[in-house]
Amino acid sequence: MNIAMFKSKKSLLIGLVFLPLILLATLPLYSSDYSVVMITSILVYVILTLSWSIFSGPTGYISLASAAFFGVGMYTAAILGEVLPLVVIVIAGGIISLMLAILAGALTLRLKGMYFIMFTFGLSQLIKHVVLWWEAHVCGTIGRFVISKDFLTVYWFILVIFAAGLLTAYLVSRSRLGLALRSIGANEEAAAHTGVNVTLMKVTTFAISAFFMGAAGAIMATRWTYIDPSIAFDPLISFMPVLMAIFGGLGQLYGPIIGAGILGYLEEILITRFPYYYMLLFGIILIVVILYLPKGFVGLIQKWRGRKPAGAT
Amino acid sequence: MVTLLNIVVDGLLTGSIYSVIAMGFCLQYGVARVLNVSHGEFIMLGAFATWSLHTIFGINPLVSLVICGPVLLIIGFFLHRTMFTRIRVSAESPSEAEGNSLLASFGLLFIIQNLALLIWGPFVRGLEFLSFPVHFAGTTFGANRLLTPAFAVVISLAFYFFVARTRIGKAIRSSAQDTMAARLMGVNINSMLAICFGLGALMAGFAGSLVSITYTISPTMGLEYTAIAFIVVVLGGLGSISGSFIGGFVLGLIGSIVTYFEPGLGLIAYYIIFMLLLMVKPTGIMGK
Repeated sequence: MNIAMFKSKKSLLIGLVFLPLILLATLPLYSSDYSVVMITSILVYVILTLSWSIFSGPTGYISLASAAFFGVGMYTAAILGEVLPLVVIVIAGGIISLMLAILAGALTLRLKGMYFIMFTFGLSQLIKHVVLWWEAHVCGTIGRFVISKDFLTVYWFILVIFAAGLLTAYLVSRSRLGLALRSIGANEEAAAHTGVNVTLMKVTTFAISAFFMGAAGAIMATRWTYIDPSIAFDPLISFMPVLMAIFGGLGQLYGPIIGAGILGYLEEILITRFPYYYMLLFGIILIVVILYLPKGFVGLIQKWRGRKPAGAT
Repeated sequence: MVTLLNIVVDGLLTGSIYSVIAMGFCLQYGVARVLNVSHGEFIMLGAFATWSLHTIFGINPLVSLVICGPVLLIIGFFLHRTMFTRIRVSAESPSEAEGNSLLASFGLLFIIQNLALLIWGPFVRGLEFLSFPVHFAGTTFGANRLLTPAFAVVISLAFYFFVARTRIGKAIRSSAQDTMAARLMGVNINSMLAICFGLGALMAGFAGSLVSITYTISPTMGLEYTAIAFIVVVLGGLGSISGSFIGGFVLGLIGSIVTYFEPGLGLIAYYIIFMLLLMVKPTGIMGK
């Protein structure tokens, strides 16, 4: 009896994951070009937020380096775009971001809490200003053109990156790595004493999360067709994943996805309907949500299901 | 010699403004526990209010300095008393409160910047005030470039003595050390934290007025100043008001030296120093 219930629950869960994926995969068949483009930009936010939360969710280390990884992916596409096939460019964008994350991770091992937040913010700003200076003084340019690809190709790539990111996030949370990360989040000293290689775990996960951000950046560069350092390393790209993940709620895999989905959709709607007021409305909605929904959507869902939110007494 | 003097005066000018900015930011984070990303937006508000009062009503920017700061103090106080207090009280852990306050200050950033764009448009503005030349030690300066650091230093010192010597300052410092003990000693914590946030906004308003008489201003300038406040606060040591004061001048002087040799590298130097510092001595100059 119990096993049967367990099985039906499991198949329900699998259905809940695969139904949206199938819907997304078949989207271009029945919807307008506009919605495909819109879903693409929402999915970019989802990828950024999901990969951000692979590392920052369980460990509690808030990273503001997303813009650095995304921007490095974009510049990889801009520099390699003319010579290599698209698949190679996207993977290269991911790998270069991954290497940057390993380097940054190795340097920031000692930093915790606020210092880590500030270091990662500094990292993305430093790279932005170095590229800005390099463009102006060495190349004599402001930005670069990227060979453009049609919106459907971009959509497929984004969808594949999203699916891969989702699978990775799931596998990480289920593996020993995920367990180690949660123990680091709960108490890092205790984790180190029980034999968790804290450093290796943190750097590995930081690098994994950077890979997907870089890959997303590389493919989006071909969509935006023109990039300069202010676009590629926009500080908002660092802040948005944090916002969206907390908005959705941490601790569950679906939290960041829901958060990014809702806020991403909201941003699209507000930008198209109220181009002059969208930041104002976005800010008001953000504050209202924090005041009345401080635990994010995960908290709300858990409330509906009659369970106390995690950590409640 | 003359070049050296120019570099030093430039460094003191930017450094003194950085000090004012960072001291307010430091108080907001150190005591009120709000990592206020919208700090730069308050500076921008102060700058544009000063600019408007000068261009429309012809009010002397040094008079608006006395108007803008206190108005922002009141706005900051009520913002904290309504919004951030609610967040702090309803949160289950200090880290949750900090995270949600950070998000709320992002909301403020979006709202204030958008309002400013609607009111003043996306243009870069500048103010003609006290720009007559002053001859000093064989070289020439704009009078505003000498006046601004003087005002900034006076403001910073007054602020420091307010926190270090007065009764309210003592309550502020006790709330920073141990919120619970301070409450038991009869300190009204909610009001005290709100005053701290308001004082941060006050300093932002002062800084904004000073920025508007020396530099060009635009509605999107805020984030850059917030980033500088970040750097200076880490340089001086998180939570140390005097550290922020010194850190501001150190960063200003470094900036003017680097800019003298290679104009484009000022910000890059700031970030490199910032990151090296975090790796080598994250507690900063005055940190324990």
